[in-house]
Amino acid sequence: MTEIVKKSSFLDYAPAPESTSILHLQKSYGLFIDGSFVKGHGKAFQTISPATEKTIAEIANASAKDVDTAVAAARRAYDRTWSKLSGADRGKYLFRIARLVQERARELAVAESLDNGKPIKESRDVDVPLVAAWFFYYAGWADKLDYAGLGPNPRALGVAAQVIPWNFPLLMLAWKVAPALAAGNTVVIKPAETTPLSALIFAEILQQAELPDGVVNIITGAGDTGQALVNHPDVNKVAFTGSTAVGRAIAKSVAGTGKKVTLELGGKAANIVFDDAPIDQAVEGIVNGIFFNQGHVCCAGSRLLVQENIHDEVVDRLKTRLSTLRLGDPLDKNTDIGAINSREQLDRIRELSDIGEKEGADRWTADCVIPDKGFWFAPTIFDNVSTSSTIAREEVFGPVLSVLTFRTPAEAIAKANNTPYGLSAGIWSDKGSKILAVADQLRAGVIWANTFNRFDPASPFGGYKESGYGREGGRHGLAAYLESAGWSASK
Amino acid sequence: MECKQVTRLAVPKTYKLYIGGKFPRSESGRTYEVLSKKGAFLANAALASRKDARDAVVAARAALAGWSGATGYNRGQVLYRIAELLEGRREQFAEELISSEGLTKAAAAKQVDTAIDAWVWYAGWADKYVQVAGNGNPVSGPYFNLSTPEPTGVVAIVAPQSGESLLGLVAVVAPAILAGNTVVVVASESAPLAAINLSEVLATSDVPGGVVNILTGSPKEIAPWLAGHADVNALDLAGAEGLDWVYLQVIAADTLKRVLPPVTGAPAPSLERIVAFTETKTVWHTKSLI
Repeated sequence: MTEIVKKSSFLDYAPAPESTSILHLQKSYGLFIDGSFVKGHGKAFQTISPATEKTIAEIANASAKDVDTAVAAARRAYDRTWSKLSGADRGKYLFRIARLVQERARELAVAESLDNGKPIKESRDVDVPLVAAWFFYYAGWADKLDYAGLGPNPRALGVAAQVIPWNFPLLMLAWKVAPALAAGNTVVIKPAETTPLSALIFAEILQQAELPDGVVNIITGAGDTGQALVNHPDVNKVAFTGSTAVGRAIAKSVAGTGKKVTLELGGKAANIVFDDAPIDQAVEGIVNGIFFNQGHVCCAGSRLLVQENIHDEVVDRLKTRLSTLRLGDPLDKNTDIGAINSREQLDRIRELSDIGEKEGADRWTADCVIPDKGFWFAPTIFDNVSTSSTIAREEVFGPVLSVLTFRTPAEAIAKANNTPYGLSAGIWSDKGSKILAVADQLRAGVIWANTFNRFDPASPFGGYKESGYGREGGRHGLAAYLESAGWSASK
Repeated sequence: MECKQVTRLAVPKTYKLYIGGKFPRSESGRTYEVLSKKGAFLANAALASRKDARDAVVAARAALAGWSGATGYNRGQVLYRIAELLEGRREQFAEELISSEGLTKAAAAKQVDTAIDAWVWYAGWADKYVQVAGNGNPVSGPYFNLSTPEPTGVVAIVAPQSGESLLGLVAVVAPAILAGNTVVVVASESAPLAAINLSEVLATSDVPGGVVNILTGSPKEIAPWLAGHADVNALDLAGAEGLDWVYLQVIAADTLKRVLPPVTGAPAPSLERIVAFTETKTVWHTKSLI
């Protein structure tokens, strides 16, 4: 089958790269503190394109002292300006930001794909439109907080320390910054070390929006910068998206401080396909579930649970479909699978895949040409994976799907829940009553039925169990940045 | 039968633990003396051990599927039934509070009545909090999208330790179980008898065994085992003010438990306490194009 697909001509596309001329990048970027770019006191680092390994720009590294300066700026802005503004005015700033993101959408998408390695069709059609939508949605909440479900006059927390991952750099920034500002907090945010670029362009957008100085401070650096930020005594709120290991460390370090914490951590989602599912849609959903964004998705459907009697059919069709995916230049509009974000992550994916093979699962990899430079991993399926296998338990965070089977809905539910994680799950069936019954039993914060990896600013997102706590998105997302002024029983 | 004796020899109660709907002694065989406010001997209470705490977690986990799967209407009626039975034993509870906490008659009666009313208040929430804490989400696309709160799971609780031994316990147990959680609660160390008396009410109020498990003994000794237990999903440190609660929060972070910090006294009834031990589940479903 692979041979036939490769020979057919419909897959031969001429290169169609998005031009990078829309970018106006600086050679080096400082830290964005108190409304302007300043020098960092740590050792500057390079951000590279994972597709070419070429340097994009030099990025400042925030030292503990810089973290101090940024938190002080956020505190000043909170005390003197942001907490004194009306909700309506805070909302207007957020509306401005949403509009500026839309205006500079193409530029942001190109920067994101260049720095992160994700296909331009995803940054252009998913990441950046959602960023604008997120700011637009929360803009409207800023003067309606009494209706957020926390009782009358909920209060902002103060200064929010936010640390975000590299898989959806600008989108994660929007998930954090938009509700924080709408609720009346000021922010110090640290983008991931490997993907700071879009956040720094976003800083320019904040300048264009004339957001008061210090309301949002963007500091770049590595793990130690993030650690200094979340442990800073003058922050009131910590919001983190990333690995469960780091989330656990943060939960420990803030214990007893009274800082409000939300954690959005790892996942090992089950994507359950029943034999009465619409198979064509399910195959598309499985592909989207695990190969979207190279599988660098915390809610990725990394465990395919397929009903035993349709296993062969589903896996065959899946392989055929994967053979048509185009891997390569993230800036090419035809690319389906971009680059792995970093060498470190690539090593991790390789290591776990090798373990999967050693532990006896059947490995299948799509036959595609891997570019010479950059970090790449071809879409891979492991079949006959046992529940105890490492690749069925640990988050790979790459384009690697584990296939397991089940016979009854009860078995599917038991296997799906057999994980310390609980972020997301998928259910594929044409039978609505079955979907709702299974959804009730799954211990996961987001469940997609006959779809997967859908995100919307109006829809709360977040996990059960060791996938973290708190919700981002929707009315629930506001609760992460507000304090109830009293909700007691009325007598 | 006419009793001619001037005094009748009383029949004192043996106070035990409440685990899985049964009343076992501590597996350790240990007890400790419970004294009245004036220092008189009241009873030997069970001094729960690490093993008792673990047994209680097993019982709570086993009861979770049934209790969380019950309808809100059903759970509401069970909670209301607790209030009914407590009402019938007002005198007994008040008398015991007078001796154990040294309260006046009026203060003891008020505490019992407040506890009964808290059960009633929370009972009424069981089939409503989902409506108030959840909602439909207007997403941009052809999807049905609904967020609903669900119980977090097994909740370990350190009940308030200073005063109000009955009300303090009710104030932390009721909000947790109404949402469908099951609990392991460490009662007031100095005044544990109200907790065991309450368990007799629970045992006869259609509360399934294992939904509420009550341990008496030393919170300092038991709480760390519960805080670090991997099969406990959440930790309410309401009465942990006098313990090294930061340490408890640190070990709870190993499994990313949801943690409520210590409070002073019995927390007032609030929707916030209900929602604190729930998880919001959001279900997306495609709508077909017609």
